[in-house]
Amino acid sequence: MTEKAKNLPKKESESTDVVEKTRSARIYKPNVDIVERDGDIVLTADMPGVDEKSVDINLEKNILSIYGKVDLSTPDDVRLVYSEYGIGDYQRSFTLSGEIDKDKIKATLKNGVLKLILPKAEPLKAKKITVEAGE
Amino acid sequence: MFWMDRFGTLRTGLNPWIDTFYMQDRMDNLLSRFSTAASQGFPSVNVWTNEEKALVTTELPGIEPDAIEISIVGKTLTIRGSRDPEKVEDNVSYHRRERWYGKFTKTLEMPFPVNSAKVDAKFNRGILSIMLPRLEADKPKKISVKVE
Repeated sequence: MTEKAKNLPKKESESTDVVEKTRSARIYKPNVDIVERDGDIVLTADMPGVDEKSVDINLEKNILSIYGKVDLSTPDDVRLVYSEYGIGDYQRSFTLSGEIDKDKIKATLKNGVLKLILPKAEPLKAKKITVEAGE
Repeated sequence: MFWMDRFGTLRTGLNPWIDTFYMQDRMDNLLSRFSTAASQGFPSVNVWTNEEKALVTTELPGIEPDAIEISIVGKTLTIRGSRDPEKVEDNVSYHRRERWYGKFTKTLEMPFPVNSAKVDAKFNRGILSIMLPRLEADKPKKISVKVE
């Protein structure tokens, strides 16, 4: 594999929410991959600085929200002399199409990558109506 | 252009630090048009220093720590690594594909020669932190003034 990683600057979240967070941290939009498989939808999000305890996932109606809290403390005996990336929390929401089995959602977080497996709900069995011949 | 001066206050304008690093980046970008081995400026780094050491942090989510290669030659720090794309199975459809993958090489010039034997690298929650102590011989010497 020779493809090179592209330099994608972190995108600050363009939230139009009127409700503000009490924490005055910058909020970034994590980059995601979303793959739909036969039985489920897999969402992978890059959230460096977040671990399993500092992530909050919510599904309300069809809105899936991800929030990752990042430790904003900085090393105290050194000073920042050069900065290419900003540090802040992560937030992003998606509207899910189709029915998701909310009780079977699985989330894992490893090395700053969140992986969500959203199983699709069992499709309602099609009900066949037989038409009887009239007498 | 914002930078912190030695008293920790936010300043704007030209900063010798930033120029050094930017120059490196520009050089790399220039070189990358001709050579595939040059850096594209990925990943982004933050650099923290005091008189004794430098701390370089970079965000590399989803990488296994042993897939990161760090080397130091004099003042130059090089970070290499790669992240493989997820295996694409049959019968799947991508709704979004925003995450990066591929190989990267990042080269940074430190403000002082580094004691490469004492470099310490940690990887936690997808963030790589490299502590680079200044070479002992390069540290500023305090000269006490005697009263005669």
